[in-house]
Amino acid sequence: MSQITDLGIAALRDGIRAGTFSAREVADAFVVAVSKAKALNAFIVETPDHALAAAKAADEARAAGETLKPLAGVPIGMKDLFATRGVQTTAASHILEGFEPVYESTVSQNLWDAGAGMLGKLNTDQFAMGSSNETSYFGNVVSPWRRGGGDNAPLAPGGSSGGSSAAVAARIVPGATGTDTGGSIRQPAAFTGIAGIKPTYGRCSRWGVVAFASSLDQAGPMARDVKDCAILLENMAGFDPKDSTSLDLPVPRWEADLSADLKGKKIGIPKEYRVDGMPAEIESLWQQGIDWLKDAGAEIVEVSLPHTKYALPAYYIIAPAEASSNLARYDGVRYGLRELPEGANLQEMYAATRAAGFGDEVKRRILIGTYVLSAGFYDAYYTQAQKVRALIARDFELAWDQCDLLLTPTAPSAAFALGEKSADPLAMYLNDVFTVPSSLAGLPAMSVPGGLDASGLPLGLQIIGKPLDEQGVLNAGLAIEQRAGFAARPEQWW
Amino acid sequence: MSVDTATVKKVASLARIAISDADAERLAPELNNILGWIEQLGEVDTSAVEPMTAVIPNRLRLREDVVTEGGQRDAVLANAPQGEHGFFTVPKVVE
Repeated sequence: MSQITDLGIAALRDGIRAGTFSAREVADAFVVAVSKAKALNAFIVETPDHALAAAKAADEARAAGETLKPLAGVPIGMKDLFATRGVQTTAASHILEGFEPVYESTVSQNLWDAGAGMLGKLNTDQFAMGSSNETSYFGNVVSPWRRGGGDNAPLAPGGSSGGSSAAVAARIVPGATGTDTGGSIRQPAAFTGIAGIKPTYGRCSRWGVVAFASSLDQAGPMARDVKDCAILLENMAGFDPKDSTSLDLPVPRWEADLSADLKGKKIGIPKEYRVDGMPAEIESLWQQGIDWLKDAGAEIVEVSLPHTKYALPAYYIIAPAEASSNLARYDGVRYGLRELPEGANLQEMYAATRAAGFGDEVKRRILIGTYVLSAGFYDAYYTQAQKVRALIARDFELAWDQCDLLLTPTAPSAAFALGEKSADPLAMYLNDVFTVPSSLAGLPAMSVPGGLDASGLPLGLQIIGKPLDEQGVLNAGLAIEQRAGFAARPEQWW
Repeated sequence: MSVDTATVKKVASLARIAISDADAERLAPELNNILGWIEQLGEVDTSAVEPMTAVIPNRLRLREDVVTEGGQRDAVLANAPQGEHGFFTVPKVVE
């Protein structure tokens, strides 16, 4: 048998159920793998006891002849944006260092209720603001991937869910949670050769998830393949009265309804996504994806999403505006860091605390957000951005008259080296050019690995679906996955 | 529209983030670069468009006006940097 850590969510779940191995063996194998992978810096906190307790419960339930829960004994990684009771939750910021929530986020609780265990809290860009995991207070996450040809430059695992992507790709966790505000599940998934889905806005509760931009934030799974994503998402999603934007709908049986047969489906290819300077390899992978979907029975149609080029600038008004408001809660009074210079008054305490607690990118976005919301500029920036957002959403609605799904590249390049873009915020923002429009429209979208570039790094394809059509997205993802036969994995150096 | 260091300091003060003169000098061109880029939104004709308020049509629910989780004082205070006698404490604000 192959190593336990080579197995994904479905294989682990099925193996535990069948008694091929015990949940304890699974937990032990991953706990060891995590402890040996410090060089990746994927975890901020390791929680072997949590994983072992879930394994014990699964093994005892099986010994007692009980029906096992959907994820009984399956260990996962939890992005450090989800509040976990009694386990430090920081959003990778200094301002929340030492914060141990007295409550559990709904998404993580759903996973524990399904029998899963936690291997630890995964590193991320600070407050999920970044595309390379270089804004974490707890240091960069290093991608397990390296370019071929002896180039050992440490690469970005993508962001913001870079700890999640690195850990899944390195096979130190079989699956992980991520969150996606403008591409933070999909871009890191593409950079590391794994799958990840952002569901329709409102599918997963935001309760207990550290807020970045509330009208965009959505949780979703990251795992090695499409089926594993379907399983995890089923156990994360669901109506939650504690989140006012939670959708009061039953959770579909995404895993059971997976089908790679796309007969009768129309796939739209948005012509505006052919951006200037796109590497030829990405262009050809996109064409390859088109051919794969045709082979699966789908019909291909060209569509137009005319406001695509305005999505990023609209996003960089809306997201910082919401962030500046959400992050006002970090005041040094109720939780987290307090900086109280000698003789400081209350206002000075706030300012000193926030200066010391937030990283540069977080401050930059709070300042942008504060500026665009300030008196005299609100309409020119924020209202205009929300109007453009309505036009972007309308572009998608019109496209749905012609097609069922859209196929695009996930990111405009393969993984870049750490430090390569961190000096230029705008260059970093442009990484999300293909993922932001669907975020602004609240649509389900997923990245699946499609192939490797010339230097041996993974490239991803993105499928975007209609509201609530996660099934269509997953099915097209599965059709690509089966045809791509992506089996590349990073060679272990950590 | 371009921001100068005085504007950066004013915005930072609104956002309650202490910044030094050197920070303001460094941030002004950075913010101008970003603001200059997002200003391309002005090209879009939005005269006939309502600003978006919800991505997925979803009526806000009302809940019963009852206490759902009361009596959690200690839990609420558990992570306070400083608390005394069951209260959050802050520097003196009234003489």
